[in-house]
Amino acid sequence: MTLLLVALGLLVASGTAALLCRRSPRAANLIGAGGAAAACALGLIPAVVGLGGGEAKFDLAWPVPGGSLSLAIDPLTAFFLLPLFALCGLAAVYGAGYLGGRPGRRSPGAPWFFFNWLVAGMVVVVTARNAVLFLLAWEVMSLASYFLVTHEDERPEVREAGWTYLVATHFGNACLIALFALLGPRSLDFADFAPAAPAGLLFVLALIGFGTKAGFVPLHVWLPEAHPAAPSHVSAVMSGVMIKMGIYGLLRTLTWLGPPPLWWGGLLIGIGAASGLFAVLFALAQGDLKRLLAYSSVENTSIIALGLGVGLVGLHTGTPGVAILGFAGALLHVWTHALGKGLLFLGAGAVLHATGTREMDRLGGLSRSMPLTSATFLVGAAAVAGLPPLSGFFSEFLILYGAVQHAGLHSLAAMVALALMSGLAAAVFVRAFGSVFLGAARDGTVRGAHDPGAAMRAPLAILAPALLVLGLATPVLVPALAPVVEQLVSLPAQRDLDAASAPLAVVVLGSVVLMALVALIAGGRRLLLAGRTVGSAVTWDCGYAHPTARMQYTASSFAQPLTALFGPVLRTRETADAPRGLFPDAVSFATRTPDAVRERVWRPLFAHVSGALHAMHRLQHGRLHLYVISIALTLVVLLLWRLS
Amino acid sequence: MNSWIDAVLVLITLTSLVLLGASRLGTSIRMVALQGVLLSPLPLLLAGPSGFGPRAAMLAVATVLIKGLGFPWLMARAVRGGSQRREMDPRVGYNASLLAGVLLMVVAFLLSSRLPLPPGEGTPLVLPVALFNILAGMFVIASRRQAITQVLGYLVMENGIYVFGVGIASHQPLLVELGILLDVFAAVFVMGIVIFHMGRELDHTDTDRLTLLNDWQKEKE
Amino acid sequence: MSGYAGLFAALVLAPLLPGVINRTKSFFAGRRGPPLLQPYFDLAKLLRKGAVYSTTTTWLFRAGPVVGLAAMIVASALAPFGGVSAPLAFAGDFLFFAGLLGVTRFVTMLAALDTGSSFEGMGASREAQFAALAEPAFLLGLTAVAWKTGGLSLSGMLGTNSFATWSGATAPLALVCVSLLVVFLAENARIPVDDPNTHLELTMFHEVMVLDHGGPDLALIQYAAALKMWVLGSLVVGIALPVRSLAHGWAFAASVAGMLVLCVIVGVVESCLARLRLTRVPQLLLGAGVLSLLALFIGLK
Repeated sequence: MTLLLVALGLLVASGTAALLCRRSPRAANLIGAGGAAAACALGLIPAVVGLGGGEAKFDLAWPVPGGSLSLAIDPLTAFFLLPLFALCGLAAVYGAGYLGGRPGRRSPGAPWFFFNWLVAGMVVVVTARNAVLFLLAWEVMSLASYFLVTHEDERPEVREAGWTYLVATHFGNACLIALFALLGPRSLDFADFAPAAPAGLLFVLALIGFGTKAGFVPLHVWLPEAHPAAPSHVSAVMSGVMIKMGIYGLLRTLTWLGPPPLWWGGLLIGIGAASGLFAVLFALAQGDLKRLLAYSSVENTSIIALGLGVGLVGLHTGTPGVAILGFAGALLHVWTHALGKGLLFLGAGAVLHATGTREMDRLGGLSRSMPLTSATFLVGAAAVAGLPPLSGFFSEFLILYGAVQHAGLHSLAAMVALALMSGLAAAVFVRAFGSVFLGAARDGTVRGAHDPGAAMRAPLAILAPALLVLGLATPVLVPALAPVVEQLVSLPAQRDLDAASAPLAVVVLGSVVLMALVALIAGGRRLLLAGRTVGSAVTWDCGYAHPTARMQYTASSFAQPLTALFGPVLRTRETADAPRGLFPDAVSFATRTPDAVRERVWRPLFAHVSGALHAMHRLQHGRLHLYVISIALTLVVLLLWRLS
Repeated sequence: MNSWIDAVLVLITLTSLVLLGASRLGTSIRMVALQGVLLSPLPLLLAGPSGFGPRAAMLAVATVLIKGLGFPWLMARAVRGGSQRREMDPRVGYNASLLAGVLLMVVAFLLSSRLPLPPGEGTPLVLPVALFNILAGMFVIASRRQAITQVLGYLVMENGIYVFGVGIASHQPLLVELGILLDVFAAVFVMGIVIFHMGRELDHTDTDRLTLLNDWQKEKE
Repeated sequence: MSGYAGLFAALVLAPLLPGVINRTKSFFAGRRGPPLLQPYFDLAKLLRKGAVYSTTTTWLFRAGPVVGLAAMIVASALAPFGGVSAPLAFAGDFLFFAGLLGVTRFVTMLAALDTGSSFEGMGASREAQFAALAEPAFLLGLTAVAWKTGGLSLSGMLGTNSFATWSGATAPLALVCVSLLVVFLAENARIPVDDPNTHLELTMFHEVMVLDHGGPDLALIQYAAALKMWVLGSLVVGIALPVRSLAHGWAFAASVAGMLVLCVIVGVVESCLARLRLTRVPQLLLGAGVLSLLALFIGLK
């Protein structure tokens, strides 16, 4: 516990110091990044210890009504602390290269201040054991990330993204305040919660409040705006761990609500299926690499929701085996996605850094000039697409394995959604990787790109193997999750988890055989080709003599069959300037897929609200004496009402 | 015995699904015809060894004659006689219709597990299949433009009612069953004739455009 | 007879399948056709050749065929054959099986995109679309079998398949059979989804993805394709044939015969049907998914 407090102190201190270091950008960068990285390294120790089941507490009186400074580490907290510290530490190292490598821009002090406060806020969110403290930390986390999103606020789309994020996050916060008010009418300490409202209402409030952060459709609207706007190491932290805080909150709430009725699981599965399919389709239609990754994050939190849904259904129907598999799969996916999506955002940052664009239709052929970025991005893509032997496969395996064992409509819905999503996710990532890194550059600006500096390379080189190790270690890891799962299901879980690790071990065996076979066949192929003529030529283009790089299949054309098939959902807008006449001028063709929920639900809704509020403008007439009179009148009326 | 009933019921469901996804009128009519033929053994199979009598046999034969041959012949005649477009132009696309079919299937299975009915001698599949056909028929009526396809939807719906009748209430008098058959026969007969003539007069039987025949809309224009 | 016999049969006999299909098609066309063993000769010839690589390609282009074949070999170690358990049989192995198919597909598509050719990009794009729609049909179909037989592994589902299983669940098993047959045709790029014989690059999807591969790489790809046909076919045959009712040796022989019959059926289909319009293929795959779902619903009741 002491180590954790030291880490927290270090985060706050180094962030503030970086802000004060206005003179020297170098020093600010060094202090901010160094402090964050050191704090994260320190924090990993209590997290690992806590996962084993050791409980640590820290209590201090706090002169805020209802509040107390009580922090604790239990297995659930430790489970979320681990990826938090791991990814934030790596992102800090990466950020040092990312922010430091741009001389002439404004001082990196402010972004480091907010970054370190963001990390500190998240640490307190998962360790807090008092509602006031929790909400305060939640707000610190939200505001710090808001300022990071609007870091490049000279661009109008960034300001727009920040605004959307601010509105969405406070909408969620309002639900959370209501939730905690209903949970703790007597005491706001987590330990003494006594729900004063039907559990169903509390569950729905938690789902909306935490779901806004986790990005469940239709509350996801801020995500595809905010993630591309933020600097890449911040996007990695936001997508990798910050949206998981929503999952943490939901899990923590579930521990207070007692046995779940069937509809909770059904609702989670419904939300997970709808929002996962929606998000993966929109990911497929995006032309902006980071927007694509943002939508993919929504899809992955939906997979987590599906796992939780299967778990809740299993709990209700009295099949603990199913419940434990569902929860374990969801938990494992939290880690997988934290590392995988973190890696992908950092890789996308490296591409942006090297080429200055996120438009996939302009990129191409980067795998030769950026070998490390491309290889690590490939690993991340395969992991998030759920391919063996990387960790993404194992978490989806556990969820599906649980669902298969429960013959019912709920698990069937989860299976259909997961099966469709995994095929579409593979298409999404083949498209993303293929159009950015393979083929030839589609645009002259891309030439001369190169792998980033050492500070940005190291996190990539650490995260990619970590995904493989995490995958191969699942048979050991899953039984070790027993304390966390037991906290969620309040049932003994060790036996079921041990049983689940048996098939996982065979998958690992198969994966090892797979890798051995790859080495064997590759060796055989090399032997065969040794001494033979191995020539090189241009790509066979079916007889056409002058192929150019512009003629390659682009990301948009790759997705076209699927976007056309799902056209009614996506409503992709095409603007074409078709060739005319015998000697056509320059022609153009562009597609854009704005978020359907944003366009068709929230925008009209907010337009209506603002229209309705327009009537209030009459009160804002600017005449001071009338203001004073209205205030006085109100006071008099209030007094009369109270005193009568 | 039961597995035979199930097989027939599944095939009936499949014909409805094909109808939902079919783009050609000819295929749709053939599917409804096939469905009619598939329905015919149901009275025999569901009646069990005790009720295997002339009544059930008569119903089976009547079903084949009317649903398997009569109606399809009328429909085919209406298609050939008029200048119907063979490729239909639905309000809801074919893939979407197929997906809607899946949803209807879920609804049918959910409903049938909730309906408080006495256990009949049929298999547990009878009720969901009957409900599914009724829903699918309604969906076809609602989602297609051409008059002839709407009649097909009507037939599918009626087939659903037939399955329901045969499977759940096999004790009810045969007369009711035959009465329904006769009713439908008259209705389809009339519709077949109407569509046939409409096709001749108007060159199309698009129900959306038929609203233009309305007097007050003409005046407005 | 141990499970390794099935694996051995897969590795040795797989290239025979395209040969049988081609012979059937020649028979229907009134030609004599290539020898049954022609695919073996082709493989041998390709393995003896050198290679030419496009200057656009990178290591991924060379890795694609290698990883693809390795994944298919592991997949064939998961598929039971002739009523005996597979060498790698475990609860939930069909999910791993689907994952391995996904790996092969993933690397093949990447290798295609690596050439920078618009034709191969087109092929990869179509493969992505069809695979995304075939995967649910495949997984749900096998889940239906799992619910019906109570087995959670492929070997548990197919190895216990007897006449009793079939008479107890004729409808769902038949539905899954048809559904998996469609998946089989789509995944192996056969008519009515894709025409392996056409030489118009615009109309193909699997063949066009491997246009630029040659020599030993092409041999690896063709062998992997044959293996894929064998393992997917063995699942269809395993569901269709109640092998449990036979003695072991006979079950094995019957399964091999079943594979050959399946190939003849494919040949007949290819001789009688035209390729579907590309926009109609999703409907076919959707239909397969609906069949699997229907089988599951019946299983639920």
